[in-house]
Amino acid sequence: MKKMKIATLAATAMMLAAVFTGCANKAGTSGNSASGDTITIGGNFELSGAAAAYGSAMQRGVKLAVTKINKDGGVKVGDKKMKLKLVTKDNKSDNASAASIATNLTTQTKASAVIGPITSGAGLAALPNMTKAKVPLITPGGTQDSLTLQKNGKVQPYMFRSCFEDSFQGKALAKYVYNTMKLKNVAILGDKSTDYAQGLIKAFKGEYKGKIVTTEYYQAGDKDFNTLLTKLKSKNYDAIFVPGYYSEAGLIIRQAREMGIDKPIVGADGFADPKLVSIAGKSNASNIYYTTHFDAKAPANNKVADYLKLYKDTYGDDAGTFDALSYDAVYMIKQAIETEKSTNSVKIAEGLAKLKNFQGVTGTITMDKYHNPQKPVIVTKLMDGTEAEATAVK
Amino acid sequence: MQILQQLINGLSLGSIYALLALGYTMVYGIIKLINFAHGDVYMLGAFWGYYMINTFHVGFWTALILSMIFCAIIGVIVEFLAYRPLRDSPRIVVLITAIGVSFLLENGMSYLFSSSPRDFPQAMVMHRYHLGSLSISNVQVLILVTSIVLMILLQLIIKRTRMGKAMRAVSVDPEAAQLIGINVDHTISFTFALGSALAGAAGVMIGLYYNSIDPLMGMTPGIKAFVAAVLGGIGLIPGAALGGFVIGLVETAVQAMGFSAFRDAAVYAILIVILIIRPAGILGKTTREKV
Repeated sequence: MKKMKIATLAATAMMLAAVFTGCANKAGTSGNSASGDTITIGGNFELSGAAAAYGSAMQRGVKLAVTKINKDGGVKVGDKKMKLKLVTKDNKSDNASAASIATNLTTQTKASAVIGPITSGAGLAALPNMTKAKVPLITPGGTQDSLTLQKNGKVQPYMFRSCFEDSFQGKALAKYVYNTMKLKNVAILGDKSTDYAQGLIKAFKGEYKGKIVTTEYYQAGDKDFNTLLTKLKSKNYDAIFVPGYYSEAGLIIRQAREMGIDKPIVGADGFADPKLVSIAGKSNASNIYYTTHFDAKAPANNKVADYLKLYKDTYGDDAGTFDALSYDAVYMIKQAIETEKSTNSVKIAEGLAKLKNFQGVTGTITMDKYHNPQKPVIVTKLMDGTEAEATAVK
Repeated sequence: MQILQQLINGLSLGSIYALLALGYTMVYGIIKLINFAHGDVYMLGAFWGYYMINTFHVGFWTALILSMIFCAIIGVIVEFLAYRPLRDSPRIVVLITAIGVSFLLENGMSYLFSSSPRDFPQAMVMHRYHLGSLSISNVQVLILVTSIVLMILLQLIIKRTRMGKAMRAVSVDPEAAQLIGINVDHTISFTFALGSALAGAAGVMIGLYYNSIDPLMGMTPGIKAFVAAVLGGIGLIPGAALGGFVIGLVETAVQAMGFSAFRDAAVYAILIVILIIRPAGILGKTTREKV
């Protein structure tokens, strides 16, 4: 019996040793490189589930960029032109599958860079596997501040975004409400259940110079806001700030307008979906302001017109925010490959971190040291369910 | 004045919980099963109403009745396929099956129709009536009145019809009921049909009221309706109605008092407290009739 135990122990020890050496070997290699004439880019997309609307926009933008780059001759690596190949997988808006797809794309597909997931939560879940494989991840919509930071405050070497972060847009919105709209009292009606809304509330409160009259909370999935809105009636406020996503924000707008509240309702990029208007009802969606990354009415440069036309010709539909951000993400990777003259994923990450004055359709992007793009925030105004105007806030 | 306004909000929310709680309580009363798929039948009712109005352009009332019929059929099918084969199994087996059916319906619908929310067609124009600073919409009145009418109808069916008598008999003692010639299977099917029809009605009304439906919409209301049924005394029809209104009012009160972040916590705290202090529910024991 005792012998058996020792034998088992020895066997276990040997297996462990094998595992460790395996790890050590893996750490020695550094990232993925292209083999042959094509550079593989992975797509970790939310094609179904709760974030499917964002995920499919992301897929359309990425596909468009890859096709365009290949049509224009490909990516210049040193003195060689290479084509891009896109491999996409559906993470079902689920954090666990986002993580396993990250592994799959980096170890099986051997992607040199991965785009997606689009939400911060899924991005956080996917990141450890990306870092292990030393492959950069660009999220077009993960706006959570801590996404690109390690616990000790240092930057995550393999996490990038093509969008700005929550505190950036929360601050911009606070400035816009106080300086441009000249509103001095704001009531906050925020989503308690998402980090996204929490981050926005914090940034807004920190920057806003006026008075926060009250802060009320709801949960993602709620349908009834009459109670909270009734409460606001007795308060003295000039605008309602709704940090949250379009599915609840649409209902809040609808119920507020039906109740006779006609004060401005402001929000962040979670509003940027046509469903907001269809849920709120066209006539209710007036006097709505939200920050966004991209707006056809406030073009950042002359690339925008071309992009809008290309998108319309390809999909027969108008381009939106998240397809534009995803489109930029692909071009950011192209830029990084060309400046580093390498298809190696570690080099691409270095190139992305050094990105400066990159001309994207969502604006001129310079990466700061925390991998957050510095670019103008756009505030869009809705009247009767359609965009009335858009202004860039620096 | 604001208190009255909040009372109206609470009552219209509560009437939906009450309609759902009735389905839970009837099924529990007759086969001692907590039918966790009940909230999803409510979701199916909302989707059926959505397609009836969008595709066949029927009016609101027609959609409501069609949804009730559709959900009644769904309820009977679910009972026939999932629960009837387990009639003699331990209760825990049936309970787990119910959770399975719930997941099947939620994820099946997400797969088929995508999980993003869709806007419910406006089959009825919303009007607001103002009485001083009080304001109530025609849809709120409609929800409240329709719910109460349906509850009265249900009570009449149970108290005045032969089938209702059979239901009461089966709930007291299924074997004795069978001995005196009551078809137990039919009676159970009928109970599922009734409960599910009420859920279907609630689904269509919620769709119209909030203008937003999605495949997971039944989850939270379903669980809260279950709390309502337990609160009122599970197995008791008046208890479910009472529990529903109480839960609706409590939710509203918690939010109105400024604890909006603790709204759901308050509802589930009630469940825990009632299970400790008075497991039979508010109306438990005093009325022994079970359906």
